[in-house]
Amino acid sequence: MSRDHQATIRFMLNGEPTECTCPPDMRVIDLLREAMGLTGTKEGCGTGECGACTILLDGIPRLSCLMVAAQLHERRIETVEGIERSAEGRKLVDAFVEHGAVQCGFCTPAMEMTALALLRSRNPLDRKAIRAALSGNLCRCTGYVKIVDAVERAAAEPLS
Amino acid sequence: MRAIFIPESIEEALSIRNAYPQALWMAGGTDLLVQLRVRVHPEDDRPLILLERVASLARIDIHEDEICIGSCISFNQIASDPLLTAEVPVLTQAASTVGGPALRNMATIGGNVCTASPGGDSLPALYVLDASVELVSTSGTRRLPLSEFLTGPRKTALLPDELLTSIVIPRRRPLWTLQRYEKIGKRKALAIAVASMAAVIRTDAACGIVEEAHFAWGSVGPTVIRCPPAEEALIGRPLTQDALRSAAQIVPSWVHPIDDIRASAEYRRTVGPRLLLRLLDP
Repeated sequence: MSRDHQATIRFMLNGEPTECTCPPDMRVIDLLREAMGLTGTKEGCGTGECGACTILLDGIPRLSCLMVAAQLHERRIETVEGIERSAEGRKLVDAFVEHGAVQCGFCTPAMEMTALALLRSRNPLDRKAIRAALSGNLCRCTGYVKIVDAVERAAAEPLS
Repeated sequence: MRAIFIPESIEEALSIRNAYPQALWMAGGTDLLVQLRVRVHPEDDRPLILLERVASLARIDIHEDEICIGSCISFNQIASDPLLTAEVPVLTQAASTVGGPALRNMATIGGNVCTASPGGDSLPALYVLDASVELVSTSGTRRLPLSEFLTGPRKTALLPDELLTSIVIPRRRPLWTLQRYEKIGKRKALAIAVASMAAVIRTDAACGIVEEAHFAWGSVGPTVIRCPPAEEALIGRPLTQDALRSAAQIVPSWVHPIDDIRASAEYRRTVGPRLLLRLLDP
């Protein structure tokens, strides 16, 4: 499989079959934000040190600033724009609001996507496990306590 | 714009490489893509050969006398592997300190080795485990001890037509009595090592006398630093804090740290050897 000049890349994006034509070496963060207008995913450092660009690829958190578009081919991608499609996602968003886990909001989409993968893992979640899972997502506002509170609450609540 | 190739077998990868000798191997891309961005040359259009869909590079094979870790195994896979955790915890501990969780889902052990950074988290652990690398080209396969493969900061003995396919770790029986990876960073997650150390020690089961010890340090020299006299200083002695302290005193003259944005050379020279003093901590 070779990708030259413009490539046609097909993948599932938030549950919808998606096809886009773009340079195959375009960063995924740029594809999402600039080419597709999905600006929920944020770019912080651009070097893998802040986690703000986290998306889910086949359900697993990955950094969209360190991936090229060709890597998405035939994969399943989830961004914050699709988070309310699932019951776990809706629970998380509600818990973030209820617990005041959002201040400036820049880290929030990636925090929620990382937490979504964690909730789906169905492992028993205590605060230590939640902090470890979120340890790659920097927040410069909240001091993390309210974010951990929100994820803990979402993990404890039965699916409605 | 650069072309991207996504081979699905080692043979396909090597033939693409032979057709495009200037192409770059990309495993997880977590270091390569950063390097390509910070040193942007508009004329740089070297193709990337993505290795993530080569199934044979994404396996851990357990043999009677060695463990072969495919070069595209991620650090998260290593950190969560039950057999590796039981048999080579020094490596799984090192793997769990790389970057953050999402980065560990991407970054690979083969990438870490080929990047050959002085601060590569897995390298000291692989050194003390006597790891080798398996290198494949269209003309054959060869193995090199990791210590011969890493030739300097960001320099390796990889030939232009070769691909690193696996990291080979000899299995020890009985297991090392003690295995430990210690890392000092600015914070617990998302930190590049200011100094790191891997240690494995075998003591006599009856009386606790040290029979064999391997130590290796990261981020305190151009590549991984070993200190044979510090290892020998422990042999024949009980593993006590005093014995570790006398071994640690030998190490500073063996390290060659530099000043950089993370720490001073002086700090590294002081703190690196003293990581030995943590070995008896629970």
